[in-house]
Amino acid sequence: MNPIKTFVPIINGLKITLKHMFMKPVTLQYPTERPKVAARFRGLHALNVSHNKAKCVACYLCPTVCPAKCITVEAGEDANHDKFAAVYEIDMLRCIFCGYCVEACPVDAIRMTGEFELANYSRKDFVYSKERLLEKK
Amino acid sequence: MEFLIFGLPLMYYVAMVAKVVVAFVFVLLTVAYATYAERKIIGHMQVRLGPMRTGWHGLLQPIADGLKLFFKEEIIPSQASTFAFLIAPLIALIPAFITFAVIPFGGTVEVMGYKIPLQIAAYYDTAAGKVFDINVGVLYILAMSSLGVYGIVLAGWASNSKYSLMGGLRASAQMISYELAAGLSIIAVFMLSGTLSMTEIVAKQSGMGGFDWYVFRQPLAFIMFFICSIAEINRTPFDLPEAETELVSGFCTEYSSMKYAMFFMAEYANMITVCALTTTLFLGGWNGPLATTFPLLGPVYFVGKVYFLIFFCMWLRATVPRYRYDQLMHIGWKVFIPLALLNIVVTGIWNFIIQ
Repeated sequence: MNPIKTFVPIINGLKITLKHMFMKPVTLQYPTERPKVAARFRGLHALNVSHNKAKCVACYLCPTVCPAKCITVEAGEDANHDKFAAVYEIDMLRCIFCGYCVEACPVDAIRMTGEFELANYSRKDFVYSKERLLEKK
Repeated sequence: MEFLIFGLPLMYYVAMVAKVVVAFVFVLLTVAYATYAERKIIGHMQVRLGPMRTGWHGLLQPIADGLKLFFKEEIIPSQASTFAFLIAPLIALIPAFITFAVIPFGGTVEVMGYKIPLQIAAYYDTAAGKVFDINVGVLYILAMSSLGVYGIVLAGWASNSKYSLMGGLRASAQMISYELAAGLSIIAVFMLSGTLSMTEIVAKQSGMGGFDWYVFRQPLAFIMFFICSIAEINRTPFDLPEAETELVSGFCTEYSSMKYAMFFMAEYANMITVCALTTTLFLGGWNGPLATTFPLLGPVYFVGKVYFLIFFCMWLRATVPRYRYDQLMHIGWKVFIPLALLNIVVTGIWNFIIQ
């Protein structure tokens, strides 16, 4: 056994660990310290609002493009004979947060927010209705 | 007229009890906070934070851990050998603590005209004017540390589980083979000191302003003894008896609650003892600059040296991965034992030439 071959790597390793001890830890103290969410982060969806109502015109492009088939849209007709989304639901248990719905939307009615804490207690709470999606500013 | 009990003054008994309590509490607290320090140090070495939530910077973590373990359910496997299973943690724990009895942690202090040597198993004889301690202190420590292996082997066997048995077998093989190398490597120190008494070994290292340490005269013995000691107390990188990746938790797989905590305490108490012993034999014990003029500086130097060695153990743990079993046996039998024997021969020839 060559003593140099045995001890030199150990001493080099000791140097590295000692150097690391004086580095700033990368730990994020999560509930008290919040992570910085990137500008283009794909979190929970939100429906955009214009003139006090959702911009969505129920064109069905987002449920069509959705690879997880998690978006349910049902069209309705309002007093001005304009098409609007009577039902707009996203099932967060199926959503893969790919952002295709945002890309597909022709009227910029949907976007993705930085919200990532999506845990819940029951399955039905994961289905986000139109009202809940509108609440997300 | 002085009040005598069995021919010894009352102050002797008071001092003895005080020394035992202080040393025991010191070791217990160090054990508790060594777990915290280990988690913190290794955490920072891995660029993490370590415990942060319980108390300021996680300072109450050892207490929280202790409370949690204390209230856990005691599980005794139905096929286990109950008596041996219950007694094993105690057999591991007690030798780990009683080894501290012969380690001198300071010089002689004078309290109310009575001289007290800061070593549990020692007393100052006023008629002879010198300190008497166990004149085979090192032998006592070697004996006690080899008793500790019984606890681990018994735990492994009594659990009646394959993982535990494997852990116990590994522990016995490892501890016995490294004890030989450790024992042989410190023989070189006794050839220099000419005594086995811990107090005298420390006294022999007090020259050159408290820096005449045996580590400078026997560096090879120091390195070998420290590595063998780490192997003997089953710490990383030699923690094969409880190798998580292979044996779940080795000999303590089936243990829960306070009995599991006892194995942990034994492990850390062993680490403290080994570091204290290395300090005494090689790093001059409580010696240091001005330690003889200010007797209270002695314990400070001693604790500082011991804590540095404990830090080194943790540093090593954060750095070196676990050795394979055949590598472990190779290092023990084919490297350290021949080297230790060679060291004895060289020391002997050197001493002969000097004379």
